[in-house]
Amino acid sequence: MPETTRELSYAQAVREALRQALASDPNVFLLGEDIGVYGGAFGVTDGLLEEFGAERVRDTPLSEAVIAGTAIGAAVVGMRPVAEIQFMDFITLSMETLVLQAAKMRYMFGGKARVPMVLRTPAGSGTGAAAQHSESLEAWFVHVPGLKVVMPASPYDAKGLLLAAIYDDNPVIFVEHKLLYKTKGAVPEEPYQVPLGKSEVKRAGKDLTLVATSIMVQRSLEAAEALSQEGIEIEVIDPRTLKPLDIEPIIRSVCKTGKALVVHEAPITGGFGGEVAAQIAASEAFDYLDAPIRRLAGLDVPIPYNRELERRATPQVEDIIREARLLAQGAY
Amino acid sequence: MTLDIHSARMLEELEPPILLDALKKMYLIRYFEEKAEELYALGKIHGTMHLSIGQEASAVGSCLALQPKDYILSTHRGHGHCIAKGADLNLMMAEFFGKAVGYCRGRGGSMHIADVDGGNLGANGVVGGGLPLAPGVALGLKMKGLPLVCMCFFGDGASVEGAFHESLNLAAVWKLPVVYVCENNQYAMSMPVTKGSAVERISQKASAYDMPGITVDGNDLPAVYLAAKEAVERARSGGGPSLIECLTYRWRGHSKSDRQRYRTKEEVKEWQARDPIVRFRAMLDRARLANPAELDQISEQARQIIEGAVKFAESADDPDPATIMDGVYA
Repeated sequence: MPETTRELSYAQAVREALRQALASDPNVFLLGEDIGVYGGAFGVTDGLLEEFGAERVRDTPLSEAVIAGTAIGAAVVGMRPVAEIQFMDFITLSMETLVLQAAKMRYMFGGKARVPMVLRTPAGSGTGAAAQHSESLEAWFVHVPGLKVVMPASPYDAKGLLLAAIYDDNPVIFVEHKLLYKTKGAVPEEPYQVPLGKSEVKRAGKDLTLVATSIMVQRSLEAAEALSQEGIEIEVIDPRTLKPLDIEPIIRSVCKTGKALVVHEAPITGGFGGEVAAQIAASEAFDYLDAPIRRLAGLDVPIPYNRELERRATPQVEDIIREARLLAQGAY
Repeated sequence: MTLDIHSARMLEELEPPILLDALKKMYLIRYFEEKAEELYALGKIHGTMHLSIGQEASAVGSCLALQPKDYILSTHRGHGHCIAKGADLNLMMAEFFGKAVGYCRGRGGSMHIADVDGGNLGANGVVGGGLPLAPGVALGLKMKGLPLVCMCFFGDGASVEGAFHESLNLAAVWKLPVVYVCENNQYAMSMPVTKGSAVERISQKASAYDMPGITVDGNDLPAVYLAAKEAVERARSGGGPSLIECLTYRWRGHSKSDRQRYRTKEEVKEWQARDPIVRFRAMLDRARLANPAELDQISEQARQIIEGAVKFAESADDPDPATIMDGVYA
């Protein structure tokens, strides 16, 4: 990581990546609903229209299938579009173009097409927006060969991963988290890339391996700090890219700790945690396991509106502390 | 010599070799598909295929209005578009055989046949699958400052998909160089267009997007060509998109599983009497561009090319199974 003391919010880090890509490469352009004058529903693209003009920061009509499709079509003829879908829930309206066109075009044309596009979208609950504006649907895309899936958890990773995604020659689903937009962290000013497909150990520990994605990385780091006071040392690993998944650092860690807990916000059934657990169980780490691999994830429920119900639908810091403590202390 | 107004205008605009080549392309499509059908029956080609026999004028007439570097987005009934855009028949047939040297290295087959370098961005297994991509292709070309257009083919079935609305609307509001070509072959699998679409003419829908819409006899190559030429010129000069509806008919079933219980043999015969190849050939004959012997020779050349393509494809190698993962990611 380049040295810096400059702090940016996660939203500012995403914006800086977009700005630097727009400034350095004429093939990069943005499109999405309300990303121009409005600045994006979460203000992420604020100021970019003024800086780069309406040709390259393109407000689109409410046409999610064609927003994704336009990114794909432009990518195939050599552009590097970055599309925004305003809420990840609405990506359901773009599914055909992403899954049947973007993901498969290169393979079914014999490797003769390139689809260098990014589709950014904010996911996650915690805003009181209830069932249709709060989902985390990353597992669907992890399941599709031909797509890459990225979920940054820090401002530093958000900028570096986004620049890497823009310059990747494949379609990348870039999942941001609404509650992370205001979180701050050190972000170097110069452009840099965090390579796709590289996990990172966010905190070292010897007692338990905790694999977390997106906002659960922050919550897991808080939980690890609290448990450290009790003498339980947790190793927190963030895959950052869900596909392709860099499983090796996770396996190495589990070989060391003998215990594994996977934490994510999306509903547990069919969630990404199952894949991580299965890959750990199928690896040499199996022989080192002292306890079953555990998953802590969202309930199998649409996100409810009531404040307390909403909190309970997804893992909170206290849930992670409780589950990690039980696992570390040999309760399972 | 009496010629209809479309034919007369086309003869004024295009040199004889181009017109004769258009006839050759129609023959190539017809013979390619007849051969593919035969090879399928013999078990030499597997999967399924959607034949466009009877629709050759729509594919060739539309593509005749394009420049070599222009792009097309094709459909599941896309063999004709591929040939009309200038595909190498050997590589195309090799793809049908699933061979490594085929256009898609044996990954795509009939339903995904593509020639990316030749400007054919692929047949599409999704009805209306090319529609959402069309504004993007056109926008990319425009942003790169290239004076090129994107011609997007789709059928009557796709015209009632939601993507149709999103695509035409965006292309219109951004004035993108797209030419939408709806090949109305009367049936979306078994659903007659009269029952599936609320309007009598699909071209009427253009008015919802404030773009020109025209319905032409899709079995009349000069009529298709002239409509396409006008739309292509408009797109290329910055005038925005257009919608062309080509009224045509597929002689064969939807795919290889079709028992055709939704239409009568009489109806099929009626349309077969309007064979686009016979019509165009007769026009060339009437216009004395070639004598019957020369026209027969064009037909024979096309047959030879297809026979050669089969030989090429049969003797080509299958893909190495070790390469199965190649091409998933760049």
